[in-house]
Amino acid sequence: MRFALSREQLDFSRSIGALLAEADTPGVIRAWGSGKHETGLALWQRLADLGVTALAVPERHGGLGADAVDLVVALDALGYHAVPGPVTESVATVPALLGECGEIDQAASWLPALASGASIATLAASPEAPYALDADIADIRLCVSEGVLYEFDRPSDAPLSSVDVSRRLFAVDSLQRDEVAAVMLAIHRTLPVATLATAAQLLGAGRRLLEESVDYAKQRFQYGKAIGQYQAIKHMLADIATQLELARPLLFGAAVAIDAASPHASRDVSAARVATADAAYQAARAALQVHGAIGYTAEHDIGLWLTRVRALTSAWGTQATHRSRVLGELASSAGRAS
Amino acid sequence: MDLEFDEATLAFREQVREWLAANVPERPLASFNTARGFEQHRAWEAKLADAGYAAVAWPAAYGGRDASLLEWLVFEEEYYAAGAPARVNQNGIFMLAPTLFSHGTEEQRARILPEMARSDRVWAQAWSEPEAGSDIAALRSTATRTEGGWLLSGQKTWSSRAAFADSAFGLFRSEPDSERHKGLTYLMFDLDAEGVQVRPIAQLDGEYGFAEIFLDNVFVPDSDVIGEPNDGWRVAMTTANNERGLSLRSPGRFLASAERLVDLWCREGDPADTALGERVADAWIGARAYQLYTFNTVSRLAEGGELGPESSVNKLYWSHLDVALHETALDLLGPSAELTGESAPDAGRWSSGYLFSLAGPIYGGTDQIQRNIVAERLLGLPRESTASKNRGAT
Repeated sequence: MRFALSREQLDFSRSIGALLAEADTPGVIRAWGSGKHETGLALWQRLADLGVTALAVPERHGGLGADAVDLVVALDALGYHAVPGPVTESVATVPALLGECGEIDQAASWLPALASGASIATLAASPEAPYALDADIADIRLCVSEGVLYEFDRPSDAPLSSVDVSRRLFAVDSLQRDEVAAVMLAIHRTLPVATLATAAQLLGAGRRLLEESVDYAKQRFQYGKAIGQYQAIKHMLADIATQLELARPLLFGAAVAIDAASPHASRDVSAARVATADAAYQAARAALQVHGAIGYTAEHDIGLWLTRVRALTSAWGTQATHRSRVLGELASSAGRAS
Repeated sequence: MDLEFDEATLAFREQVREWLAANVPERPLASFNTARGFEQHRAWEAKLADAGYAAVAWPAAYGGRDASLLEWLVFEEEYYAAGAPARVNQNGIFMLAPTLFSHGTEEQRARILPEMARSDRVWAQAWSEPEAGSDIAALRSTATRTEGGWLLSGQKTWSSRAAFADSAFGLFRSEPDSERHKGLTYLMFDLDAEGVQVRPIAQLDGEYGFAEIFLDNVFVPDSDVIGEPNDGWRVAMTTANNERGLSLRSPGRFLASAERLVDLWCREGDPADTALGERVADAWIGARAYQLYTFNTVSRLAEGGELGPESSVNKLYWSHLDVALHETALDLLGPSAELTGESAPDAGRWSSGYLFSLAGPIYGGTDQIQRNIVAERLLGLPRESTASKNRGAT
């Protein structure tokens, strides 16, 4: 057993981090939210050049065929920098779904385009994900309904707005669509990948919220001392650090379970999602509390992470859905054992 | 990155599982905080030692079997899954022994460890004093130089196992006017030595889980000093890190409790009570998180990493997990939750486990101390600017 990231994985994480640190993601997020996608799409292309969008695409379709651990490394970094766009869908879930489907004619053109960054995909799948994120700019627009995969037309209406300004959501029911294939089994196998991708971004976002809070608590002086000296602040942040530290191994453990095709993969992914979302959400609440009124403004960047975490916490399954999945699988294994 | 055990580890797991299945007493032993239970547990430890399982991670020369950290974790998982007895000599095996490995002499190790492994000698800890709880550096008990050794005087309290144990270890102020962390010496002493008085203290459950120790010019030979005289604080930090960190509360213990909680939910839970169901799920997720976190720590240590302030993260986490897990079980049991002893559900496991769990956020450094450590040493938040002046002033 070696349950730690390799040097290559750490290097990969660092190079994504270096690229994104230079990218002014807060500015990119705000522009994306107001429908100005140029800077965001350029950033996506740079991530593609680094191999991020090719990770989940099989090698025979021009991708890297990387394992789920590598994907988590990348998506944690994207979450840390709050990269806008259909990350869960385009980088992780659609490649996984198409890879699971076997032979779909379109896959041969879609997958290489996703890998190279030439195309971006979105995906809606009721009941977990009823809205398609960024369907107006996605080149590959898919939805799954009753076990059937459809390609739907580009929407012309304005998006539904989200608590996260960068998340432009589209209802797909009224849009013209064409059947692609029956994917009953494939979507069942793919949902854990969407869950894992969401969890990875949540962990990254939670880490960032904690770091920003720690930095702010060192700089902000009240009553003549840094607020980070007060135990009320210290203890709150120590608890957040503890939650995040313990959520991280669940996340990587879930990725390992997917890579090993473990029978418990779905349970482990849901467990990771519950823990990362809880930790990230608590980090968001603490971050707002530490920043005080300035954190409550739309001018300050911390709100971009706070609202991202809130949005992701109910994307691709609620906490209740995932807890119930964990308990259900535990109870059925306990039943079999007795 | 993987979670696969190699063949040798799997074989070891199988061997441990078989031995435990054949040897774990069918009826639970009496609590080791009673005179009868203490001797039952001592006998169990001797049986473990005969089979080479009392301290698997120690060198074979001292009664261990040179197991790796990972094998030790596997042993712990099997041990708690099998419902084997609590470890009466845990103060010795998991706190004093690591200190001896780091700072003891070869003579001390050869003399102390084999009889510790068999629990021919059971150890109590003697850290706290009436005026030195969380602030252990405020301790006042003294060690005074005498020919061939030291004379110990003062008072220790909340000493786990001291009611029935044979020996104890702790810190004493050996430089008369020294302050705080300076001038302390780490010493071992016998609880039946001349000048020692032990007053057992009943805990919340009515049993004598700890005691006060009064010392009046108790002679301790030089050979029972660990490390250099006046260097006791540094030596003790080894013990503190072990108590907070990896070795005192291994994940296997919580994972076994979480699996039992899932079983309890399947037997007694109302499927319509989703709020309680979610707490059961959270308890298992928490135990699994701690298991994987520890696998990560072990992987890092195997590559030359060190256990630093993470040991406080560790302790904060498991102590809360343990409380939440047992609270959930009690809420599941409804009106029979308040019963204790043999007639209680699962022979009182949940009620006694609950009371025990409540001590977790206190011993080995309270939650509040651990949070300070995490905030200051892991997150780098500034120390409080005014507190130090007032410390130790009472």
